[in-house]
Amino acid sequence: MDVQNWTYILVGLTFALYIGIAIWSRASSTKEFYVAGSGVSPLANGMATAADWMSAASFISMAGIISFAGYDGAVYLMGWTGGYVLLALLLAPYLRKFGKFTVPDFIGDRYYSQTARIVAVICALLVSFTYVAGQMRGVGIVFSRFLEVDINTGVIIGMLIVLFYAVLGGMKGITYTQVAQYCVLIFAFMVPAIFISIQMTGNPIPQLGFGSELADGSGTYLLDKLDGLSAELGFAEYTQGSKSLFDVFAITLALMVGTAGLPHVIVRFFTVKRVRDARKSAGIALLLIVILYSTAPAVAVFARTNLIETVSNKPYAEVPEWFKKWETTGLITFTDKNGDGLINYVADKEQNELIVDRDIMVLANPEIAKLPNWVIALVAAGGLAAALSTAAGLLLVISSAVSHDLIKKVYKPNISEKGELIAARLSAVGAVCIAGYFGINPPGFVAAVVALAFGLAAASFFPAIILGIFYKRMNKEGAIAGMVVGITAMLLYMMKYKLGWFDETLPDKSEWWFGISPEGFGTVAMILNFIVAIVVMNFTKAPPKEVQEIVDNIRIPSGAGESINH
Amino acid sequence: MTNSDKAKRYWRTNIKYVLILLLIWFLASYGAGVIFKDELNTIKIGGFKLGFWFAQQGAMYVFVILIFVYVRLMNKLDKTYGYDVD
Repeated sequence: MDVQNWTYILVGLTFALYIGIAIWSRASSTKEFYVAGSGVSPLANGMATAADWMSAASFISMAGIISFAGYDGAVYLMGWTGGYVLLALLLAPYLRKFGKFTVPDFIGDRYYSQTARIVAVICALLVSFTYVAGQMRGVGIVFSRFLEVDINTGVIIGMLIVLFYAVLGGMKGITYTQVAQYCVLIFAFMVPAIFISIQMTGNPIPQLGFGSELADGSGTYLLDKLDGLSAELGFAEYTQGSKSLFDVFAITLALMVGTAGLPHVIVRFFTVKRVRDARKSAGIALLLIVILYSTAPAVAVFARTNLIETVSNKPYAEVPEWFKKWETTGLITFTDKNGDGLINYVADKEQNELIVDRDIMVLANPEIAKLPNWVIALVAAGGLAAALSTAAGLLLVISSAVSHDLIKKVYKPNISEKGELIAARLSAVGAVCIAGYFGINPPGFVAAVVALAFGLAAASFFPAIILGIFYKRMNKEGAIAGMVVGITAMLLYMMKYKLGWFDETLPDKSEWWFGISPEGFGTVAMILNFIVAIVVMNFTKAPPKEVQEIVDNIRIPSGAGESINH
Repeated sequence: MTNSDKAKRYWRTNIKYVLILLLIWFLASYGAGVIFKDELNTIKIGGFKLGFWFAQQGAMYVFVILIFVYVRLMNKLDKTYGYDVD
């Protein structure tokens, strides 16, 4: 059977599964809609968090990014996993004990201020919308490449599926579909990785395989060979990298802290029953995430070596079939600059004749390694699972920010339970439509901005939540000033150095403050937030006694079951 | 021991655990994977240079272990203080 049919079957089966789960787990109260009734087991929450977290970027793009960045790719590997340690140790248990529905809930109550609540809502919407647009686009791309439908049709199909289970099931539906999506995506990622690891090194465990000797009997280590190949073509040695130490430091920290401050990740910990379940499910989530994240650098090395060996200095007339196929999608381009008919793939931009999109490394990897058709189709189903699960989590944050934080808590406090549930569903519909619109008409800056959602989260939520838990004296004036200054600084730096809105052309790297890239600036903005918050606090009144009692209360784990029934 | 003394002592022990674990978190990632990468790269285990391995593998494994250690420590601490009842 050909790849196309396999893809229709696997994608169709997984979609039917998601819809089935959605019908089975409909939400009947706001508590079920926002936090799945706070009755999710630590294992299920761990799986759901892992799927929620691993987006199209993790599944499709990350291995490719590492493949071209070599050592530097570690900023993503460490950055997107290390944040879970912060979550488990510094945030999740206390937020669970606090036991409300959303992140703005915590900010608004802890800082006894509607202004703080509204600032938090704006930050949550800003972070989540930039992130979700990228996911819908990812859905469209997977559809168009594997099923040869138009990208826009792909986005609309994706919208309808998410709409169905997010609107019907709320957090409850999303949680259990995410559990299924984790299984699909991890299977889809691991199968090709294991196949290729065996092919190249004879070791079935990719994590060990990429540190092993080649299976061709030459006795050379794979990594040494890749270092050699890279050097030969003029690239930096694979295991060395080329970013400055300071920037590596800043980006990694911004990603870690941003991860811990992303509202769609934080709310997952409101869904478990007890404080100790929140800690445990953070551990399970990270374990399940690390299965994919520790495989990605192995895939990166396999794919990079395979690519160089297959195409470098080979006659263009004799390239394998996958090369032509991906050429038609524009993801591979070849221009024979010196007219010798050979593919000249080198670091020097003047002479280089081959441009390879990084997404190819995962999408085309099974074809490059000549794996069976069903494995290729599996990658499509996995990519869709990754994009849809993250999109759903983000949409819930957006809809609850509107229906719970704005309508219920600010504009219409006496709204009935039923009315709020309808409002929640309607805002989910609205959010899906806006996300779909951005997926179909991506403003040029969306792709550039998605990576910066982490910087925005690091600059706004992380300090406000940490100070709210660990610094009893922190008051509303300090927290609000910190959040506003932090997120503004991040936005301005991003507009100037990433989007180039303030100058004729994008400013050069040499103008970056202290050599810190826009991706790493979240670290600076976060420090700024902390400093401003503490200085302002020192000149203003201490928080009222009731608020200090809330802080004392969230530090003690017992009694989490009651606090949710408010 | 009054209730608030008890809560204070519990909190202090918790902070101590958190600080120790975060120190290891920092050393495994920013230490071994970034700052001392070049020194560690002179050591090779199989095909892996050690600094590179920490940055792309080891740090992540340490993170997972740290969370589960914290889970165990806190479950024990909760029990000692009688905070494990719901």
